[in-house]
Parts: sequence; C-alpha cells; structure tokens
Amino acid sequence: MAVTDPERQAPSLVTGEKHHGRTMHLTLRVWRQAGPDSEGRFADYDVPGISEDMSFLEMLDVVNERLASDGEEPITFDHDCREGICGTCSLMINGRAHGPERGTATCQLHMRKFGDGDTIVVEPWRAEGFPIIRDLMVDRSTLDRIVEAGGFITVSPGSAPDANLVPVPKVVADASMDAAACIQCGACVAACPNSAANLFTAAKVAHLNLLPQGEPQRYQRVESMVDTMEQFFGSCTNHGECEEACPKEISIDFIATMNKDYLRAKIKNRRYLSRNP
Amino acid sequence: MATTLNRAPAEPVTRQRRNAPFPVELYRSAVGKKYVMALTGIALMGFVLAHMVGNLKMFLGPAAFNEYGEFLRELLVPILPHHVVLWIMRIGLIVAFALHIHAAYALTRMNHAARRTKYQSRRDYVAANYASRTMRWSGVIVGLFLIWHLFDLSWTGTGAAFYRGDPYTNVANSLSRIPVAIFYVVANIALGFHLFHGSWSLFQSMGWNNPRFNRWRRDFAIGFAALVVVGNVAFPIAVLAGVVSAD
Repeated sequence: MAVTDPERQAPSLVTGEKHHGRTMHLTLRVWRQAGPDSEGRFADYDVPGISEDMSFLEMLDVVNERLASDGEEPITFDHDCREGICGTCSLMINGRAHGPERGTATCQLHMRKFGDGDTIVVEPWRAEGFPIIRDLMVDRSTLDRIVEAGGFITVSPGSAPDANLVPVPKVVADASMDAAACIQCGACVAACPNSAANLFTAAKVAHLNLLPQGEPQRYQRVESMVDTMEQFFGSCTNHGECEEACPKEISIDFIATMNKDYLRAKIKNRRYLSRNP
Repeated sequence: MATTLNRAPAEPVTRQRRNAPFPVELYRSAVGKKYVMALTGIALMGFVLAHMVGNLKMFLGPAAFNEYGEFLRELLVPILPHHVVLWIMRIGLIVAFALHIHAAYALTRMNHAARRTKYQSRRDYVAANYASRTMRWSGVIVGLFLIWHLFDLSWTGTGAAFYRGDPYTNVANSLSRIPVAIFYVVANIALGFHLFHGSWSLFQSMGWNNPRFNRWRRDFAIGFAALVVVGNVAFPIAVLAGVVSAD
C-alpha cells in the first residue's frame, strides 16, 4: 500500500531529505517523590512540541531538559540500553506496566501510540519488594535475591567441552530460551494485582530446569527460589495480568511448570534430608 | 590475638524452624496453599455439581425427591451402618471448606502486605477479569449464603412452615417467598463467578498445563459454572412458577 500521508513518510535514503514528523502536545501527570520516605504526589506538566517518532524515554529526556533549564529538579527514572534488552526501564503508564503496547518495554514504546492532546499518567512500580528510591525509580534488587537463591549449575571445569556434547531436543531448547528471554524488569510484579513475582521466578526456574545442564540442582533450585520469592512478594491467583505486561511475552505456562516442580521438590528434598539428618 | 580467638561464635538471630511433616511444610508456602485451594476447590466443585444434579429430582415430584433425601442417609447400608457415609462426606466437606477459607484468608493477608501503597492512578487491567478480581467477595457471599441455606432447609427453617424429613415441602414453602428466591438466585450468580475463575485457575495451581488441553481449560470453566448456575437457579424459578409447590 502506498503511503498517502507525506508527513508519515520515512526520510529518503537516496536524497537524505528529512521528513517533518507531526508533533504532539501532551499533558504529563508524573509521580514526584523526593526520597524513599518522602510523601509523593502527582505533578502536572504541559508538554508541547513532542515528535511522534520519539520513544517514551526520549520524551522524558525532553521534559527533563526543559525542567533543568527552568531551574526545576528533573524527573528521575530508570533507563539504560534503550534497546528493550537490559530490563532497566520501568514505568506504569496509564495504568499499564510498560504502557499500552503488548510485548514492548517502555524504552521501545513510541509516542505515536498516544494521541495529540492526551493526558499521560506515569507512576512508579508499586510493591513492597520494590521500594521507591526517588520519583519513578525503584529498587528491584529483591529480584536478585531470588536469582541468588537459585544457586549454581554443575559444570565440569576442565577444558572447554565440545559443542553439542549434551544433546537437547529442539522443543526443549526453544522453551528454555522463551523462559530465558526474561530481562528482570519487574513488570510482572508491577502488573500483578497481588504483587506476585511468580512469572519472574517461574521464568528463571524454567530456563535452567528444562535443560539437562540444570537437572542436578533442579528441585533444590525451585524450592529455594520459591521460598525466597515468598519472603518479598505476594501469591499468584492466576489473573494472567503478568503475561500481558511482560515485554518478552513470557507465558504463564511456566508458572504451572514451577508449581509442579515445587510440589515434587517438597517431596524429594525431604526424602534426601531424612537420609542425612 | 587470644581475645579474638576466645570469642564465642555468633548466635543465629532466628531459630530455624524444625522441619514439619510434608503436608504441613507444603502448606506453609503460598504455592502449597494454592495446591490446597485447588484440591479443596475440586472437592467442593464435585459437591456443588452432585448437589445440583440430586436436586433435579425435585422435578419428578415429592416422592422421588424425598426418597432421594432418604437414600443419602442409607448410602452403603448394610456394609456400613446408617448415616455413616453421609457423615464421612459431611466431615470431608467441612474440612474442605475450612482449608479453602483459611488458605484464602492467609493468601489475602500476604497479598495485601506485598503492596501496602496502592497505585495512585487508575489501573487498566488487560487479563484480570471481574470474576478473578472479586473472588474473595463472591466467596464471602457464597459462604454467608451457605449458613443461611443450612438454617433454611436443613436445621430450623427460616420462618416458613418447616417439616423435618419433608424436604420437598420445605423447599416449596421457603422459595415461594420472593425475597428468599431472589437471595438464592443472587448467591448462585456469585457462585457462578467464583466457579468461572476457580475452575480455570485450579489447572494452573495444580500445574496441569499441557498444550494438548490448555485451550479447553477456559471452556471447561465456562461450561461448569454455567451448568451449576442454570441448574440451581431453576429451583427458585420452578417454585415461583408453581412447577414445584407444597400442595
């Protein structure tokens, strides 16, 4: 289909002629909080002249530059790679974790997904496991506690093994990779009405537990990761909201797999313990 | 140096809990509580289905219905004495209810503690539906209804003429009161919402996840909830329509 709207045309690669994208005039309602223990509140900002080709974070950059030049404190928010792979960006945008687009982290969300004249409400992730540091930035290191609890996998530390020495069926490798796509952004916790981290933990459990390399510590891993998770987060009531929020579209099927492994772990680990009190 | 070496070793701050028997150990975890929710939920689903199917005898007339009531007392007689099977089932149900409610209570407490400050802007839910977000309320409504229902038709009656041993007349007398009939319908709609989420959710909690049947799980939940609600709502309607009446 031909592009009929000249304003939407991409810049020509041949002539290098730049197109002039449409600009938007937005109202931004952002959560401002000076520190972990301070009272927070929403602040409204009038934001004209935003290109629809900007990413959400670039829009915030523009707002921050304007705030700084006006002598105001810029909005603190988490970001790093801006390529959707590091899991540092967050933000509850209009009541959805990572905003309205499915399978997309905030850094990959473009302003063209919003309408000119919109009011956009931005809030930090909210969970006791994710204490607010400042404004929109939260501390997600509790997720690291869960990963740490998973421990190690046994590998032979000798010379480098031959490639494909351990055969892994294609479907298993694919499933494991789907789980390993987790970038630890915490959107599942943020989106969950119960602040449960089950999708995160299930993904981290599954990407090792599905593979032969993770098999020796399989039950020990799932038990200690779930037990650590439950010290910080809520419980899963199968709303499925996490799956919708996940920028990597990780399936809640992994939660069922984790539940199954956890039950087996409780049976098996006790059996091992009783032999070796 | 000597003082350094002679120091007493550090004491653990918290005493490690002794390992409990496997079911207790499992129940201490939230994932374990969800297993208990699912298992007791399955037992209670079996009960509501059997209860609804049994009560359909109402449409075969007073003799068939009252005979069915007596039959429940005589299950497995003469292998076992009178009422034994009935009491085993009753105790099973009481235990299932108690565990289901306790697990729900404990998990709700845990979930509230996990987010003390709510989102200050309006949430836009995508997957979470009305049924899944109101489980604790639909559960409370069904629980309160259950107490009323036991007083109404098993224990004392609730104002309408009540004859012990004549359930058909009791049903007709009680449900011919319009507010009572409405209460039965409302409670069953709450039960329907509870089942709509619960009978899907149990598959995930039990770890029953398989590409072969995953797409049937939601259909099963819709079908089961609809079957129970339609069957149960038919009784007050039948009484009000005069299909089931005391005379």
